[in-house]
Amino acid sequence: MQTRYTITALVENRPGVLNRVVSIFRRPGLNLDSLTVGRTDRPEVSRMTMVLEGTKADAQHVKRELNRLIHVITVEDMNGTPYVTRDLALIKVRATPKTKSEILQMCGHYRARIVDAAASSIVVEVVGEETEIEGLAGLLQPFGIIEMVRAGVVAMGRAENVLDTHCERSSWAEQRFSLEKAS
Amino acid sequence: MELSGAEIVWECLIREGVDLVFGYPGGAILPTYDSLSSYPQIHHVLTRHEQGATHMADGYARATGKVGVAIATSGPGATNLVTGLATAMLDSSPVVCITGQVPTSVIGHNAFQEADITGVTLPITKHNYLVTSVEELAFSIREAFYIARSGRPGPVLIDLPKDVQTARTEFHYPTDEIRLPGYRPVPMALEEEVDRARTLIRSAERPVILAGRGVLLSGAVDELREFAERTETPVGLTLLGKGCFPEDHPLCLGMMGMHGTGEANHAVQESDLLLAFGMRFDDRVTGNLATYAPKARKIHIDIDPSEIDKNVEVEVGIAGDLKETLAELLDGLDPIDHGDWIQRIRRWRDESGERELLNQVLQSPVLKAAEVVHDLWTLTGGRAITVTDVGQHQMWVAQYYAHSPEHALITSGGMGTMGFGLPGGIGAAMGRPDEEVWVVAGDGGFQMTMAELATAVQEKVKVNIALVNNGYLGMVRQWQELFYEKRYNETPMVSPDFCALAAAYGIPAARVTERSQIEDAVQRAQEHTDGPFLIEFVVEQHDVVFPMVPAGSDLHDMIRRPKPEVAQQKEI
Repeated sequence: MQTRYTITALVENRPGVLNRVVSIFRRPGLNLDSLTVGRTDRPEVSRMTMVLEGTKADAQHVKRELNRLIHVITVEDMNGTPYVTRDLALIKVRATPKTKSEILQMCGHYRARIVDAAASSIVVEVVGEETEIEGLAGLLQPFGIIEMVRAGVVAMGRAENVLDTHCERSSWAEQRFSLEKAS
Repeated sequence: MELSGAEIVWECLIREGVDLVFGYPGGAILPTYDSLSSYPQIHHVLTRHEQGATHMADGYARATGKVGVAIATSGPGATNLVTGLATAMLDSSPVVCITGQVPTSVIGHNAFQEADITGVTLPITKHNYLVTSVEELAFSIREAFYIARSGRPGPVLIDLPKDVQTARTEFHYPTDEIRLPGYRPVPMALEEEVDRARTLIRSAERPVILAGRGVLLSGAVDELREFAERTETPVGLTLLGKGCFPEDHPLCLGMMGMHGTGEANHAVQESDLLLAFGMRFDDRVTGNLATYAPKARKIHIDIDPSEIDKNVEVEVGIAGDLKETLAELLDGLDPIDHGDWIQRIRRWRDESGERELLNQVLQSPVLKAAEVVHDLWTLTGGRAITVTDVGQHQMWVAQYYAHSPEHALITSGGMGTMGFGLPGGIGAAMGRPDEEVWVVAGDGGFQMTMAELATAVQEKVKVNIALVNNGYLGMVRQWQELFYEKRYNETPMVSPDFCALAAAYGIPAARVTERSQIEDAVQRAQEHTDGPFLIEFVVEQHDVVFPMVPAGSDLHDMIRRPKPEVAQQKEI
């Protein structure tokens, strides 16, 4: 049965890590539906959120293999624990003086903002769960979506469900990190 | 002290305890080779192909337990390492490969002899490095050796651009303890899991131990024996586990799986508790997973947590060091007997005996490979290091040569790499020069890497080569006979006169066509102490390895050698 799995990971912020992670999905031919990577409060640690459309076995395979990677610090399957997700989209939609107010009204329902306005189009920024973004995009479709870009899903567990960036520090790892930054 | 990157390579290798490396020079690795002459402590073996260098490093690593080192240049030199790295990866062998790379300024420009070798080898190494500054070099090398040998061992590649080899820096060998935030090589077994395992063991009536290479790697041979004897549990072996439990022990079932013994496979299928120790439920061991050991609960102990529940879901999975975990498990386990179960297994074993080729009066005088391996076993007293190639002969070695911990089987199990035998054997012989080493290879695999005969001669390596020549790619031919209606497409093989070939290299050789000639030829090989010796055994062309579980079939669904007519049975 196909399910959406949201997997988060803390990884070392080093060259080649993304390649290693993505390779885990590529090998069995799995499609990464969404992937975000960014720094955390520690410069040497990055955090990834991966969304996979697949079976339970696919998700287990991915988690298992991610854990084997030397540069992956922690892996967490968010499914099954309470968590929040956010995605961000910019949607450039055709807008005439006649349709503009109707579009603005719809954006209001989704707490979306207008970040650019031109003679015949506006750019809408919407932040929310994937379903909210898809909801707004659906409503805007009839007006004519010119282009759309999404930042990708970020996820975080609620309350005590924490991916701890204050994981073990070692003098070895810190020396390595500073050498790489220096070069 | 300011040193060049090239000098740092050797300085680090020496500090990691390396005194022997296998390699092949070329443009991008030349600075490193140039400084080799300043380091007489390191013996470099010039191979005839980079693949040979990796297999030698692998064979050396498996025979000694130390890290094997292979060196190659960029581009084709580096891509030639790929098969050897994949072989070491699947069999958890600690190998470090160092490759030259084009200068950092032109990486990505398709410079002459440039290959993205860290990209290519990413999925077939435990880890790899592209070293972009000379300051990082010593750290990367130390980390590479640490990763290669710790936890579940595996190959690590270090890609070294030419300008990093020539750049100079102050050299300090980092001696801090290595702790990597994402790498826990030896997980701690959880006490409650060990308790649960003990409970299952106490209540089992038909337990079977599945013992793999992890027993040898963790040094748990004594604990395994103690466990098996105290709980009267029979032991089945994986191909790479051969040697971890005495094969003449009454509790030993021999090898399991596709070409395993009838008693091992029947015992697994009838078992009510499988104890998987340092093995990974490879498909060649399990057959059809849907019908695998259907009545059994399962306990799996492995150092690599990713193996637990990967192929077979288990009731108790323990990620930890096997030696320590077994010791903990034994603590508080009273003797148990399983007399009825052992009786039942004995009947399967007796039935196998009736089908056994060597118990039959053979109608044909043509030499059988099984006879060759059996006699090699008796003539070497079972105390040779056997290194095989891949194919039928490999399975016959597994079936007819009884191994021990000191002389465990060295073979490409997971990858099934034809061409491994000769270079693997050279590496093993150089790692343990005082031991008798026999390479057993078929005519197909041998021809893939036989260029390394010159390496053996140049290095005067005392390695004995048993070339089992049946004029076919025998295992493929067997599949064609059994599953492709005897259409022998592209499996008959014309070979050179192997004895003349050996002579061209200055290697003494003998040809054996009858069983009565085996002893004399083996003795000649044993008495020849100055370099390699080759024996060509001309054997039955259409022989089949029995038993055989067809790929994907149920483990109990074995194709067996027919029982002979009563008159043809030897008196036993």
